[in-house]
Amino acid sequence: MSEPVGTSARDEIISRVRNALPRPPVPLPGIELSGGQKSVKGGLGYHHNLTDLEEVQGFPEPGEPLAPYFQKQLAAMGGQSFLVSGYGEARAKIAELFPEAKVVCSVVPEIPGTRQVTPGQRSQDMHDVDVAVLRSRLGVAEAGAIWLSDADLVVPSLGVLAQHLVVLLSPDAIVPTLHEAYDGRFHLPAHAYSLFMAGPSATGDIEGVIIHGAQGARSLTVLLVSS
Amino acid sequence: MSLWQSEASRPVEPEAAAARFINDPKHEETHDRLVWGMRTKRDQAASLLPHWEELREVASQVKEHTLTHLDQYLQQFENNALANGVKVHWARDAAEHNNTVLRIFEEHGVKLVIKSKSMLQEECGMTEFLIAHGITVRESDLGERIQQLSKERPSHIVVPSIHKLRTDIAELFAEHLHTDPHNSDPHYLAEAMRNDARPQFLAADAAMTGANFAVAETGGIVVCTNEGNADIGATVPSLLVSSIGIEKLIPRASDLGLFLRLLSRSALGPPMTQYTTHLHRPRPGTELHFVLVDNKRSERLASPDFWHVLKCIRCGACMNTCPVYRRSGGLAYGATYSGPIGIILDPGFDHRKYRELPFHSSLCGSCTEVCPVKIDISNQIYKWRRVIASEGLLPAIKGAGLPVLGDVLAHPAVFHAAEAIGIASIAHLPHKVLDNPLNPWTRHREMPGAPSQTFHAWYEKEGKKHE
Repeated sequence: MSEPVGTSARDEIISRVRNALPRPPVPLPGIELSGGQKSVKGGLGYHHNLTDLEEVQGFPEPGEPLAPYFQKQLAAMGGQSFLVSGYGEARAKIAELFPEAKVVCSVVPEIPGTRQVTPGQRSQDMHDVDVAVLRSRLGVAEAGAIWLSDADLVVPSLGVLAQHLVVLLSPDAIVPTLHEAYDGRFHLPAHAYSLFMAGPSATGDIEGVIIHGAQGARSLTVLLVSS
Repeated sequence: MSLWQSEASRPVEPEAAAARFINDPKHEETHDRLVWGMRTKRDQAASLLPHWEELREVASQVKEHTLTHLDQYLQQFENNALANGVKVHWARDAAEHNNTVLRIFEEHGVKLVIKSKSMLQEECGMTEFLIAHGITVRESDLGERIQQLSKERPSHIVVPSIHKLRTDIAELFAEHLHTDPHNSDPHYLAEAMRNDARPQFLAADAAMTGANFAVAETGGIVVCTNEGNADIGATVPSLLVSSIGIEKLIPRASDLGLFLRLLSRSALGPPMTQYTTHLHRPRPGTELHFVLVDNKRSERLASPDFWHVLKCIRCGACMNTCPVYRRSGGLAYGATYSGPIGIILDPGFDHRKYRELPFHSSLCGSCTEVCPVKIDISNQIYKWRRVIASEGLLPAIKGAGLPVLGDVLAHPAVFHAAEAIGIASIAHLPHKVLDNPLNPWTRHREMPGAPSQTFHAWYEKEGKKHE
């Protein structure tokens, strides 16, 4: 690059920004949580800098399980979910849902697949996977969303190239809102790639008609496994 | 020669372009219905969430805090990204951004790139630039790909092809994907694109994304999509380049809870996008590059009148609610950004070329009411009108009446005299005088009848009785 010495783009941008900072400076508002999941009436609000909480119709009362609301929200996002007790039932449910599946990749030891997935495999090798079986360790009730990291996926492309996803989640791992979800439950820099999925791949780009399986997974099934 | 370069700096003509769109009632009605539908879903989502207004207020404060400390957060973000093993580049303007991306691709011998939606890359005219240098660039989002095949800009920042009917897309795909031109079933068309795209996604040498948020505390970015196309880019090729506007910074990971709760609800209504993806370091054996772009953002930051526009999180709520946008369609703006947010962003890049845009508004203020980060959009539209007027760039018809109006309004006695004359005249003027080609207001409307006296005269007589 033909830049004069001492005026790198970086230094020039930071210097321009510093000289442009609007005044007076605005303080950073605190975003404090309600002091623990499931303790909040209505469960969807804040407190402290936001005033008294309101009740949200249909949202669990304090102490009530979050799974039913999670299931309702996931269904609204185009996903489906089932309560199963133990891995035996989980295996049976997967067999029932995908009887035609030829290539099943499972990263959950208790659920056997037809093909092994190991770290270091080529991303492109996931292209013919019919069903991927994964485990999530965090769900978010307000959006019916599940958390997946590169560690959970083993080969990250598995989550987008597989035609169908089945994700195992403990009902106890569901938090009410995204505020709780981002409150130190994972360390983002530890993961090259991580995501929340709220339902399967979707598009509304043709006259607003919702179609699942635009580019990524055609379906997302969450199995809420109670032990 | 790209679409953008060939248009040079000739002023855009939104009125004429909007008239062409409105001329076809089917397109206009469908567009209006779909876009208003998104606004309706936004209202339902907002009403279901307690403290929606307080969420907006806190989000606005977090953005204003970040922008008033942006030098610190940029450096913190850079340090953390470097520590994560990301290669960080800086670009002062669009040309430097495009050259940086090209250099990275040339060093890696890249021939095919798949990119997810990035308004910043649109703003830089990057795709045309890379194609001119022999690199194949394929849009991976369905709507963006439709626009790419149509050789059009995105007409909406969230749903790029919302101005098209399914029959338009059937025709387009028949030409490019060899589908049945008479089958306009959206499921059939989307499936055809999925099958056309997959082999390209698997063969790509590199991928590109934009960024919805860049988190200073963690040195990573967040990309929100519904199709998962950005995730294919982030997990399949071994090289990923993400373009990040410097205004995308937020301080903490915990701020994501706040912004993500607002973003998708404001855009389309759902509590979040289907995919909310965090990119923090290269996957083993791959490279991750971040390009931080200024391109006049620091100039905006220095402007007391206009810096608030940098709070924008690109949800499109202002477009969905805008009575002008809904009728005219996004392409009428002739610019990267359309709708109310476009009206206040585009003149910041070239206020001569985009001098007409701030007048492409009724100043009803609905955009300001729905903005999830409380940007005073309608005030900024008005302020841009003043900038354009003060530089003598007013469109001819508006320019003719406005200086006279200014003089009249500045002198109350003159105003009251003119008012009385006006009322008397309206009653006696033939309809044709007001309904003339210079007054577009009456093209689809009747003028209301004139009152029998002025308010001032009525108040002198009636109002004072009660004092």
